Amino acid sequence: MKMQSKTRTVIVSATSCIAQECARLWVIEKDAELILVGRDRSRTESVAQDLRVRAPQASIEVMETNFEDPQAIQTLADTIASTGKIDRVLIAQGILPQQADCQQDLNISYNTLMIDAVSPALFAEAFVGHLQKNNHGTLALLGSVAGDRARKSMYTYGSAKALLEHFARGLQHRCAHSKVKVVLIKPGPTNTPMTTHLEIKGIKFASANRVAKDIVSAMNRGKLVVYTPKIWFAIMTIIRIIPSFIFNKMNL
Amino acid sequence: MKMSSWGRLSAEEHRVLTLSRDRLNAISSSQKPGLAYGMGRSYGDVCLNPGNTLWDTHQLDHFIEFDAKTGMLSCEAGVLLGEIQKIMIPRGWMLPVSPGTQFVTLGGAIANDIHGKNHHRFGSFGDHVFSLSLLRTDGQIIECSLDKNSNWFSATIGGVGLTGLITQACIQLRPVSGPWFQSESIAYSSLKDFFQLADDSERDWEYTVSWVDCYSKHKGRGIFVRGNQSDHDSPYVFPKKLHVPFTPPISLINRFSLPLFNALYYHRLAKKRGLEFIDYEPFLYPLDNILEWNRIYGTHGFFQYQCVIPRAQGLESITEMLNQISASTEGSFLSVLKTFGQRDALGMISFPKPGVTLALDFPNKGSSTLKLLTRLDSIVQAAQGRIYLAKDTRMSKALFMQGYPRLGEFLKYKDPGISSALSRRLMETE
Repeated sequence: MKMQSKTRTVIVSATSCIAQECARLWVIEKDAELILVGRDRSRTESVAQDLRVRAPQASIEVMETNFEDPQAIQTLADTIASTGKIDRVLIAQGILPQQADCQQDLNISYNTLMIDAVSPALFAEAFVGHLQKNNHGTLALLGSVAGDRARKSMYTYGSAKALLEHFARGLQHRCAHSKVKVVLIKPGPTNTPMTTHLEIKGIKFASANRVAKDIVSAMNRGKLVVYTPKIWFAIMTIIRIIPSFIFNKMNL
Repeated sequence: MKMSSWGRLSAEEHRVLTLSRDRLNAISSSQKPGLAYGMGRSYGDVCLNPGNTLWDTHQLDHFIEFDAKTGMLSCEAGVLLGEIQKIMIPRGWMLPVSPGTQFVTLGGAIANDIHGKNHHRFGSFGDHVFSLSLLRTDGQIIECSLDKNSNWFSATIGGVGLTGLITQACIQLRPVSGPWFQSESIAYSSLKDFFQLADDSERDWEYTVSWVDCYSKHKGRGIFVRGNQSDHDSPYVFPKKLHVPFTPPISLINRFSLPLFNALYYHRLAKKRGLEFIDYEPFLYPLDNILEWNRIYGTHGFFQYQCVIPRAQGLESITEMLNQISASTEGSFLSVLKTFGQRDALGMISFPKPGVTLALDFPNKGSSTLKLLTRLDSIVQAAQGRIYLAKDTRMSKALFMQGYPRLGEFLKYKDPGISSALSRRLMETE
């Protein structure tokens, strides 16, 4: 069989800011092939256009799909897998509404749980099967430090990210005896359009580029769980061990 | 959110709205006047809008199209010049004009019509903009270039962000053989020698600049640096960037350290005089190697002062300015002297014009610093010079009006939904 020379990377929700920064790092690698998956073809196409200027030699393909339709997700993963071996999958969709809006409007709650938890879990499920068949590849899911402990100002988003964490850990367990790696990334507050309405006193938001560098390196090394920036591992370790009777009195 | 410019003289509350390609129309829905904010690398209040809105453009960082045959590049306004250099230089193209830092956005470079060490050969940034898209706060999109809506074009180039939001632009890059420059440093002992060196160098050297010592004992001496593109070929190792990790409580540039710094700087550069090969990064952007260097001036920040003086009055006025500085207790370390070429800029209120430009920085010591700057102002005013808007926080309206005679024409193109601390300070009538 002829060896496949290109490195094939699938980026789900390629228009997301962190995903774009990862794509910019991957596209300049030698023999890069990127498959950008988005909900909206024209928006995803403009991301592809940017990448084509950055790396004219890379192969870049745009695919559109419905992020909430299990059948469409399965078909997409099958289609991509049928045209060649997949080396990397990054699943990056996410929304961050105001907690108050989630409480007042169940549609917003539903959407958040769907886009932050159900949809990425379905994509992961659909792709991991193909990676296992080839006994090859790395899949990364974007969790969040907010998934480490739910709090009143962000529990809908946080609990969705917590679901993803458990999903990722389940996949890691399942793939433990194979060469397939599943990586869970937990970014701290990052400077992206998703967080523009947030302002947390005393906390400096990381740049999307910095987070992307950590994602790319974590995927290369096949790490199980990565906090980015690293300081969040220490912060969340402390936050997790605060007893509930104290935590619940805190204004977080 | 508290926002500052590079001079760190203020940190006032702003509402910050991050723009993205899909949300550009957000600039129309703002009740308070807004202003585009890129990297915040201008020194004064040109990029600030206290109490109002700043439109953060860092997400507008997409390349759109590049023609490898002609060197025409289209991109969104939030793309960094450094990103353009990094991607295009290996492909044989470079920005024709670049300021002293690569951490500025394309939009900022156009809005301030920035210049570089090669002004005498290549003019300012606006001379290489082929076209741009301007979004007004009333939702109107104006495509402009030298041929189309040319008044809008020359109002927007150097128009300090006041004519609308620059969303994207098409610029002409220049072909280069690689990242290398050949550079020569020459020590000079007086301003007269500086002018002589500048005149002698302009024909054969694309890039000229000089550092001048403002310290009383040796004032007027300096190091003249000239350079050309080179086809030198060897791999370049990027040095690790240094970082000023915190803001010291007092300025590290003060009257005790300054003579020492100046002497060290002079002798270090004077020692390595002669020709050398140097990569574009240390050649074009020497200060970028020290991240957040603006912190060395301490918690009160610093004033940048940059003026241009017509050539006929150049020697006399610059001498007088150095006299004033050395007679004061204020000291300037990063003092840069450069001659501009014989060309007027395209923009109605662009800064560069024929003459000699002096850039200085002073730690903010309050009224004594301001008094010195006012004395420098009167020298500039008497010589029919002008002060660079991208660096100003305090010039008088009179000096502004005299320095920028096309202001009346420019104001017709100002967007009523846009303001800056600078526009409110200098362009509003009471």
